[in-house]
Amino acid sequence: MFLKKLALIGAVSLLASSAAFACEIGARVSIVGNEFPAIQTVGANAQECSGAEVTTNLTADHQKINVPGMQGNPAEYTSAIIANSSIVALMNEDVIQPLDDLVAKHGQHLKKNQLITIGGKVMAVAFMANAQHLVYRADVLEQIGVEPPKTYEDMLAAAKMIREKGIKQNPVGGAYKAGWNLAQEFNNMFLGYGGSHFKAGSAEPNVNSEAGANALNMMKALSEYMNPDFLTHDSNATNAEYRAGNVALMNMWGSRAATLVTVDGVPEEVRNGYAIAGPMTVGGGSTPASTLWWDGWTVAKNVSDAEAEATFIAMTHAIRPEMLNAETSPLAVWLIDGYEPTDAAQGVFAAANAGTIPYPMLPYQGLLHTALGGELTDFMQGKESAEQALSDVEAAYIAAAKEKGYL
Amino acid sequence: MLLFIAAPIVSVVLQSLHTPHGAVLVEAETCTPLSGCILETTIDQEATRELREAEPLGRLVGFDIYLDRGHLAFAEVAEAWRQSDDLGEFWTSLMNLPFYRAMAFTLTFTFIVTPLMVILGLVIAFAVNSLHRHLKGLVIFFSLLPFTVTPLIGSLILFWMIDSRGILGDALVYLVGDPSFSLKASTGLMWVSLIVYGIWHAAPFAFVVFYAGLQTLPMEQIEAARIDGATRWQQVRYVVVPHLMPLVTFVALIQLMDNFRVFEPIVGFNAEAHATSLSWIIFNDLGGETRQFSAAATSSVLTIIGVTILLSPVLVRTWRDFRDKK
Repeated sequence: MFLKKLALIGAVSLLASSAAFACEIGARVSIVGNEFPAIQTVGANAQECSGAEVTTNLTADHQKINVPGMQGNPAEYTSAIIANSSIVALMNEDVIQPLDDLVAKHGQHLKKNQLITIGGKVMAVAFMANAQHLVYRADVLEQIGVEPPKTYEDMLAAAKMIREKGIKQNPVGGAYKAGWNLAQEFNNMFLGYGGSHFKAGSAEPNVNSEAGANALNMMKALSEYMNPDFLTHDSNATNAEYRAGNVALMNMWGSRAATLVTVDGVPEEVRNGYAIAGPMTVGGGSTPASTLWWDGWTVAKNVSDAEAEATFIAMTHAIRPEMLNAETSPLAVWLIDGYEPTDAAQGVFAAANAGTIPYPMLPYQGLLHTALGGELTDFMQGKESAEQALSDVEAAYIAAAKEKGYL
Repeated sequence: MLLFIAAPIVSVVLQSLHTPHGAVLVEAETCTPLSGCILETTIDQEATRELREAEPLGRLVGFDIYLDRGHLAFAEVAEAWRQSDDLGEFWTSLMNLPFYRAMAFTLTFTFIVTPLMVILGLVIAFAVNSLHRHLKGLVIFFSLLPFTVTPLIGSLILFWMIDSRGILGDALVYLVGDPSFSLKASTGLMWVSLIVYGIWHAAPFAFVVFYAGLQTLPMEQIEAARIDGATRWQQVRYVVVPHLMPLVTFVALIQLMDNFRVFEPIVGFNAEAHATSLSWIIFNDLGGETRQFSAAATSSVLTIIGVTILLSPVLVRTWRDFRDKK
């Protein structure tokens, strides 16, 4: 009887491992990354591999631990899941390795456009795309009789009407929290006005310009229609405002579109009125006031060849075309072969088709982002002029860039 | 001592005098999904590695970081002084510099919270001490609660309560009669909230220390004072408070240090738009996508110097006492 059971268990486990498309690895794999649902799926898929241990550490604090965790030799993490902004820190510190040989050996299923190449070397493999775009309440816009806004100017006009008709006091939402979020909204608007962050071919800042002042003035105008606490609202808080039915128009991340109204307790009219569209333009420009993002994985430099190969196999397995199903498809805009866009993905696709500029992968972009996040708050509170705020940003950035040796 | 105090201090001082090597930048073709290839600047790792390996500590820059805009910013302060017509204008320019803006809040916070907290702690201690002994245990337990709550959690709870849709925020809107009234959107009210939180959080600590001190009151002296016809207030003023004075100094000392390093409430209240502190600047420098170790180390050294200056009157007095006893 006991032997029979043992045989049965053996058979079942054999079946299970063959069902996992025979991912066999010969050395340890350790993954660090962010923690939203799509990345959790990728992490879980990598753990299907057998032959050696696959561990994951998926946390919102991944950026604070990935560089230190890969600087040691051997590195603690054999792979870091990153986005276009955070790969820069890994490249600056030289802790990830080129993947060309491994792609040639094990990467037959990867599509050409999944490969992030820098200077002719593949440095990361992307698996999903992301962008901020318009999210709105179709029922509210119908009530005031306007089309979904295509420009920020239209958004302002619609917000004015919604307030004047007494439908909602603060109809505009936005992740304007002081720090990273506020800086990101500035980046969107600045690119929408045709600005470029740096003087061509150098690390000299270029935000104190007409485009910069226009961007700030538009943000200020929008904030008049936001919850007065907007400088403390990140994406989570903004989503909560939308779910509570307080917001009718907002610029929101595509990666949050699928789950925005599916949580418990969202009122009926919010659920039914939920609609998304592409990113808006601003100031008569044709480039959307948004940035294009990708998420992908890397392989650490300070690991043995066997570990690098095992990591590549496990991560490729995690994003194989067969992983897409009814449950995983809506979680992200996957760049994986065979992905059929769901309704929630149309905003990100519209962003890509409209020629949205990717978030810059420059070594010093992070420093400018930090400077923007810290210095724009005075302007948003009406304490100083746009020109003063932007010259503060440039001064703060220059001090930081000099320290890091970019200027 | 050497391992836990001297070594870290030496380490931050060393770090604050060095910066990373200049990065060797090259243009490289960068290809990303959905958007194709563009020419973008990146770091030439081969060339940069040679520099790094030759001098692993980085470039020695002396006090450059101390003097840059993110820290003492002497050049910017001098410029502001030249450009300003009056003191008000100079003050506005000064408050535009991160270090001085942080110091303005930190010092205000420290010098308002510390005395108020000591007074509140004394009042609670007297009140509890005069309670019936059956009630004391329970009241002490409840008075200690604010101190046992983790600062970050405590400030987060208060943060949600004062939100314009929170219970306290909503009540304030009702009282003021202005639907757009927001505590979080006003710098002054944010400072008040942080200060109230600081007092609320630290008063139990003062209370417990003073309460313990009250248990050692010299009963003969109090009795003598009573026989001499001293009122209750006079007993407190001339016997009890002098008896507790060493404890007051101790509590004030600890709290001066703690409040100078104010950090959790700023994060918990999401108050960085209105109030920053040196500790918050260190956190911010280390938290970005590109970590600024030298800037953070410099702020740390400035914090150490600040704490030393704050404590110097007490340290000098202790040293004098010590010398006199010899």
